[in-house]
Amino acid sequence: MSPTTGAPSRVEIKKTYKLYIGGKFPRSESGRSYEVYAGGGTSGAFLANAAQGSRKDARDAVVAARKAVDGWAGTTAYNRGQVLYRVAEVMEGRRAQFVAEVRASEGVGERQAEALVGQAIDRWVWYAGWSDKYAQVLGGLNPVAGPYFDISAPEPTGVVAVLAPQASSLLGLVSVLAPVVVSGNTAVVLSSEHRPLPAITLSEALATSDVPGGVVNIITGRTAEVAPWLASHRDVNAIDLSGAAGAEGVAWGDLEKAAADNLKRVVRPAGTGPEAVEPDWTATPDLSRLSAFLETKTVWHPKGR
Amino acid sequence: MSTSTAPRDAVDATSRARDLLGVSRLTNDSLTSWLHGLPGVDQVGCEARAAMLGTRSIKTTSKAWAIDTAISMIDLTTLEGADTAGKVRGLCAKALTPDATDMSTPRPAAVCVYGDMVPFAREVLGTSSGVNIAAVATAFPSGRASMAVKLADTRDAVANGADEIDMVIDRGAFLSGRYLDVFNEIAQVKEACGSARLKVIMETGELVTYDNVRRASWLSMLAGGDFIKTSTGKVSPAATLPVTVVMLEAVRDWLQLTGEMVGVKPAGGIRTSKDAIKFLVAVSEVAGDDWLDPHWFRFGASSLLNDLLLQRQRMRTGAYSGPDYVTDDSPSLY
Amino acid sequence: MAKFEYAPAPESRAVVNLKPSYGLFIGGEFTESEGGSAFKSISPSSEEVLAEVTEASSADVDRAVDAARRAFTGTWGRMSGADRGKYLFRIARILQERAREFAVLESLDNGKPIRESRDVDVPLAAAHFFYHAGWADKLEYASLGPNPRPHGVVGQVIPWNFPLLMLAWKIAPALAAGNTVVLKPAETTPLTALLFAEVCQQADLPAGVVNIVTGAGATGQAIVDHPGIDKLAFTGSTGVGKMIARAIAGTRKKATLELGGKAANIIFDDAPIDQAVEGIVNGIFFNQGHVCCAGSRLLVQESIAEEVEARLKRRLSTLRVGDPLDKNTDVGAINSKAQLQRITELTAAGEAEGATRWSPECELPSKGFWFRPTVFTGVSQTHRIAQEEIFGPVLSVLTFRTPHEAVAKANNTPYGLSAGVWTEKGSRILWMADQLRAGVVWANTFNKFDPTSPFGGYKESGYGREGGRHGLEAYVTTGDTK
Repeated sequence: MSPTTGAPSRVEIKKTYKLYIGGKFPRSESGRSYEVYAGGGTSGAFLANAAQGSRKDARDAVVAARKAVDGWAGTTAYNRGQVLYRVAEVMEGRRAQFVAEVRASEGVGERQAEALVGQAIDRWVWYAGWSDKYAQVLGGLNPVAGPYFDISAPEPTGVVAVLAPQASSLLGLVSVLAPVVVSGNTAVVLSSEHRPLPAITLSEALATSDVPGGVVNIITGRTAEVAPWLASHRDVNAIDLSGAAGAEGVAWGDLEKAAADNLKRVVRPAGTGPEAVEPDWTATPDLSRLSAFLETKTVWHPKGR
Repeated sequence: MSTSTAPRDAVDATSRARDLLGVSRLTNDSLTSWLHGLPGVDQVGCEARAAMLGTRSIKTTSKAWAIDTAISMIDLTTLEGADTAGKVRGLCAKALTPDATDMSTPRPAAVCVYGDMVPFAREVLGTSSGVNIAAVATAFPSGRASMAVKLADTRDAVANGADEIDMVIDRGAFLSGRYLDVFNEIAQVKEACGSARLKVIMETGELVTYDNVRRASWLSMLAGGDFIKTSTGKVSPAATLPVTVVMLEAVRDWLQLTGEMVGVKPAGGIRTSKDAIKFLVAVSEVAGDDWLDPHWFRFGASSLLNDLLLQRQRMRTGAYSGPDYVTDDSPSLY
Repeated sequence: MAKFEYAPAPESRAVVNLKPSYGLFIGGEFTESEGGSAFKSISPSSEEVLAEVTEASSADVDRAVDAARRAFTGTWGRMSGADRGKYLFRIARILQERAREFAVLESLDNGKPIRESRDVDVPLAAAHFFYHAGWADKLEYASLGPNPRPHGVVGQVIPWNFPLLMLAWKIAPALAAGNTVVLKPAETTPLTALLFAEVCQQADLPAGVVNIVTGAGATGQAIVDHPGIDKLAFTGSTGVGKMIARAIAGTRKKATLELGGKAANIIFDDAPIDQAVEGIVNGIFFNQGHVCCAGSRLLVQESIAEEVEARLKRRLSTLRVGDPLDKNTDVGAINSKAQLQRITELTAAGEAEGATRWSPECELPSKGFWFRPTVFTGVSQTHRIAQEEIFGPVLSVLTFRTPHEAVAKANNTPYGLSAGVWTEKGSRILWMADQLRAGVVWANTFNKFDPTSPFGGYKESGYGREGGRHGLEAYVTTGDTK
């Protein structure tokens, strides 16, 4: 960037930010992009042109996510935990890159950005460690009044659409994404509209960490444009509406209504009443985001000679 | 223990079946009771055993032996709609001289072609090359045709000079429990084979469960098959190690019961030397030494041969080899 | 001569860097003993001396407990669960990175086949650390009460049959819960524990969190008796387990004990017979039968007893006994001369009692401690070989007629660690599981372990569980701290 001595400075290679679908990085099928500015507003320094995802990109992402469900849900919990821990290792390796992007995207200072990135990685590790434990906490033997073995076990619901938080570009993103995939669901994530860059860098970390293609798909673009298509999509099993808070032109009630068409499991944005707010993502989560995307299966079997 | 190669004919199969089942009439019900009375196969345990066999480390002299043995057990195969006389001649030339740079290389056991291609194979192979001609028949690969058509298909192949016939069973009949129909079709095809040896393709990928593979194996042996074979190679999954272990257990137990040996042929999906060696380990440890012979064990394969040759070259020269150093006499490019 | 002879396929020893002698690992460093002596660790397959190891004195044990206490009050006990978890994740990853080294060293020191240490011991050990790393900051979810706290300093004495894996089973949950550890590996197998100390250093584990004191019975006694130890965890013989239970009686020291077994492996007439035979073989010949939960009693339904016996003998003739470092070896060396003697005595007793003894033909190496896989048929419940734990590759075969009889015979023992059930009938599996007085019931499988799956015994096989959510209980206290 700027020379430190009188020596000529090196001209940087600027990164192109594309979508992350099916393990690959395509541009939007619409060929569009939109400008992303520092601080996440509309008037800071120009950061990049992000791909402007279309409903067709969303559609393709859902196809990729559906294809990946059987494989991902079919891996052992141990394997998923290993893969997700590996993501944390790769994120840690890219700390500096994430810190720079969070700083730029959220307009926070270096110290603050460091703290946010550290927390995001730790949050990811927290969830990774749940992969082989939540079944023991959320499932169990039922002492039915008869000679039956009766067990309830949690299973992933399938394809989950996630509207990532608008303001918290990395910590918030991790907080909504990790609990979805740790249990074997696959995700189609609509990133923060104005702060999308850390999401794409995160997808690079995912792509290099043995996360199978299609398990996580990330679309950058206008929330109001794409969200309704995910909310109404019949091959999506659940939707997290966190990113409706602070999104232009988005009424989360309408999205929830559209989701009711195939009875998606819905996680509403934080807030009271009709208001949607972005919560404090630094607070330690509980199991509710994990269990929101689990189905409980109960199996009976007689016991006899 | 009989290693006899004399064919058993169809009439004997039915009366022998009555004897073995202990019934006065061979009915679908009695066959069902008998087959469903065989011990079950636990999928997880079976696959674990196969995986364990796959961890055997075969090195140096035993690897060299295994490579040569595997080559000698190959049924070198081309079964494509686009097959021509030229393709088949190329395949047969390869069978006669797998590696012109090393004439010590053994020949595969047989070539495997469609029935109407047999004459072209015979032109090249002659009658004393030691390489047999196996022909697929009975409306291969689907088996969906009338008995008359299937028998005509068989007779044509035999008339053309096939030494071995690879038939397919009617999987529809098997999966709907019409075991007697399957028995009868095998027995009749066996009769039509004359002196040709009969391999029975069960198409294990369509049978899906190991229990079915066990039952189909026993049914095929009961009906007079000389070989039980996994697959047509047109359906995936084809030959897997666990499926082959179940079949090896079947022929082992059949020998115990009847004193007769039946061969085993995994076909389709075996592409590397490493894989082939795992299968030989399985043969050795599950069925035993008697099956480590091209007369009782075959690989249905095409690209496997060249991989074995590459390994052979590496063992000879000490350096890793590459595709430029093995000939491809019948590349499959349309 | 077999048609398909497997040429030697030795795993290279070069990956292991054996030192001529080892000190003790106390306070994060390798240190010389104070008043202790030295002893040799040998390879049981060749009797070659591998290294000299220190026999820790009670002064050494004092130092170790002291270091553990300081680490508990100073760093570890104050650290957040998330940070403790990070150290455990590091340890898990380093074990994976150095997997080959650990596997070879384990086979050299213990005598078990490299295939087992490579494919079972080391991966499971790493998995244990990985699993428990994730619990460190989630203890409030583990149904351990509202405020689960660590005990403090934990003394752990482990056996020689799965040295590294038993170390993982002990250290991982202890650390996850916030305890610090003084661990004594078995005197015949100290080397992978000492290598583990290096892993702790590579992971920058704070000094004193893990302390490894090598030695034999006296060192173990010093740990058991030490007033600075808040909790004991012991895996080993029932005899020693009882000694420990007596030693801590009247004190406030807690203990979990994982002791011996004489498991019944029950085969019904509708078992998937080929897999059942594999299960029998895995049950008693895996790890040379040096397994507390070994299926050392085969209870076979009388109607199929002959058939099972024939299939079993045929299967045993393909077992390969020999050099533990050969990748094709199925059965390795007996861990020590003393153990070989015990096995020899008990099998002689079996013959004297009138049971019929059989072994497959196999050549045994001239040096080292070896015992052919052995099957006794015609065994009765009252025979010593049906009651006493042999801890070797020796199977006793008994018969039964009905499920009730199988249950009665299976339960008719002071032990209660594990049991196997083989049948295709699901309801019978579940009914049998209900009836069997054993901490682990394996149905249509055997000797399966997982960090998430609690393991431990009933009756004289000990108390407490290791692994899973249940295994955490042993390492936390919900009462007031001392």
